[in-house]
Amino acid sequence: MSRASVAEGPDGRTPLLAVEGLKVHFPVLSGVLRRSVGTVRAVDGVSFTIHRGETLALVGESGCGKTTAGRAILGLVPATAGSIRFGDREIRGTPESAIRDIRPAMQMVFQDPQESLNPRMTVLDIIAEPLDEHRKGPKGARRGRVMKLLDAVGLARSVADRYPHEFSGGQRQRIGIARALALRPRLIVCDEPIAALDVSIQAQIVNLLDDLQNQFGLAYLFISHDLGMVRHVADRVAVMYLGRIIEVAFCDEIYGNPAHPYTRALLSAVPMPNPEVERHRQRMLLAGDVPSPSNPPSGCVFRTRCPFAYDRCRTDVPHLRPVESGHFAACHLSE
Amino acid sequence: MTRAGESYWLDVWRQFKVHKGALASAAFLTGVIVAVAAGPWLWPVDPQFIDVRARNAGMSLEHPLGTDQLGRDTLARVIAGGRTSLAVGVTAMAIALVLGTLVGVLAGYLRRIDGALMRLTDLFLALPLLPLLLVAILLFRDMLRSAFGPEAGIFILIVAVIGITSWMQTARVVRGEVMTIREREFVLAARSIGTSRRRIITRHILPNVMSPVLVSATLGIANAIITESALSFLGLGFPSDFPTWGRLLYDGVDYLQRYPERAMAPGLAISLTVLAVNYLGDGLRDALDPRIRTR
Repeated sequence: MSRASVAEGPDGRTPLLAVEGLKVHFPVLSGVLRRSVGTVRAVDGVSFTIHRGETLALVGESGCGKTTAGRAILGLVPATAGSIRFGDREIRGTPESAIRDIRPAMQMVFQDPQESLNPRMTVLDIIAEPLDEHRKGPKGARRGRVMKLLDAVGLARSVADRYPHEFSGGQRQRIGIARALALRPRLIVCDEPIAALDVSIQAQIVNLLDDLQNQFGLAYLFISHDLGMVRHVADRVAVMYLGRIIEVAFCDEIYGNPAHPYTRALLSAVPMPNPEVERHRQRMLLAGDVPSPSNPPSGCVFRTRCPFAYDRCRTDVPHLRPVESGHFAACHLSE
Repeated sequence: MTRAGESYWLDVWRQFKVHKGALASAAFLTGVIVAVAAGPWLWPVDPQFIDVRARNAGMSLEHPLGTDQLGRDTLARVIAGGRTSLAVGVTAMAIALVLGTLVGVLAGYLRRIDGALMRLTDLFLALPLLPLLLVAILLFRDMLRSAFGPEAGIFILIVAVIGITSWMQTARVVRGEVMTIREREFVLAARSIGTSRRRIITRHILPNVMSPVLVSATLGIANAIITESALSFLGLGFPSDFPTWGRLLYDGVDYLQRYPERAMAPGLAISLTVLAVNYLGDGLRDALDPRIRTR
């Protein structure tokens, strides 16, 4: 199967966002003269698509490059190579001034709602900042628009003049979501939006994101390490390991029939709510640690920890290949 | 100010009150500022008035701090001198603060010019300040005197040279602070919205570096007062008939053996004010830093 078909979505329409061969490398500087002595391959050739109203979950353990990939898509970290197409516009390598008009269409929700809200600004100013920057609507409508957004994310209108430190984590995340919604975006990159929250609050935020998706027809790139939660949110799931996507599939498919050994190991670590099932859960434990992204293994990046690795994994880089319709895995064993 | 804003400053005030030294210093400084500002009404004696019959007088009801060798009232001169010294301190600090914040923000936010600006800062830090000030004053004094008159000219000169040579600490503090704030997620969020660099600096970075700037401002006032006193003490500050604390100290030194109180009054004024300003800076730093505040 060719690369192009990977980019093609479930129904063959032009995707909202198409990422092709995205690479983000950071130079490792050392010494007095700040010479580059190597590169950290945070994201190393990632391709995926997101369609209108779809949720693609990007999962993987910490340090696998999922956050960097999300930030690169919004141009917050410079991409080293590859292509990021939003609609019919190429974003990568385009100066900030030239993509300013599509900024409103792509927004981001951050992991730590405490960190992502300026402590010296009121809720009103925080949510209105995108409106001010893109001059949407007359000045008088600013407050009214913010009130509507507060309604949409389930916050009382009376909170508008308060400061972020007066809120709980879940409420702060609602403020962050309201800010992301302000410009009526088509895509929201959710960078671990629930990782910093209590479990009971996580469900509320996930439900809110779900409601907003239905209400506004949003597409999400949902970055998470919580496979249990992803199952409730995602339409499709992409699993990342050491800067690469090693498996993509529809949600049911990946949970029911994981093809890549790494995906299987991840899924075996998800606790089951049903004690009957939980008792019989077989853990597939991986030996060793994630290799350094500045010196990834040759061939298949997962081979150092893969229980099924054989000679070919050392030499050949496995590419994403179809296992079934809409299900791709990068493993020599699943060919 | 909104309810929440008030609660933030209430919080700061609550912590500030814990630092008794800072509280006492704030009270003392307020007293000094009121005395200096309202001096002519509180003590209506002309500091320039020469009363030859009452020269070298000791402490009395008529002259609470005595008089000098020309019979001028020392209390009136300390009050008038305080006005100059404090004005020099505040103005020089303001100049240093603006320069330091500007350099610090630019160096911290724009990586390309960081190296150049920080080497410039190092260069200024490496300069021996006092000789530099002396040279600058010798070079420009006459020019400014003829342009603005003897008092205003020397005021501008002293304030400018102190300001230009004492912004480095502020620049370093601000640069470090900006570098950490630049990496915070709310700045990233602003970038993802498409906020321009200029507005990221003015809206997100500057308000969050205000507390270290405020602290370095108070310390800057103390430094400027001391530098001005040192210059006047060396006889290179204001003209001899124009009292400042440093000038009074300089005049008093000649009579140190016979009339020690004459040097002590301005000396104490300098020491106590600088001490109070430093304490105030300490208290402000503690009160504005939420990490210390929670302790």
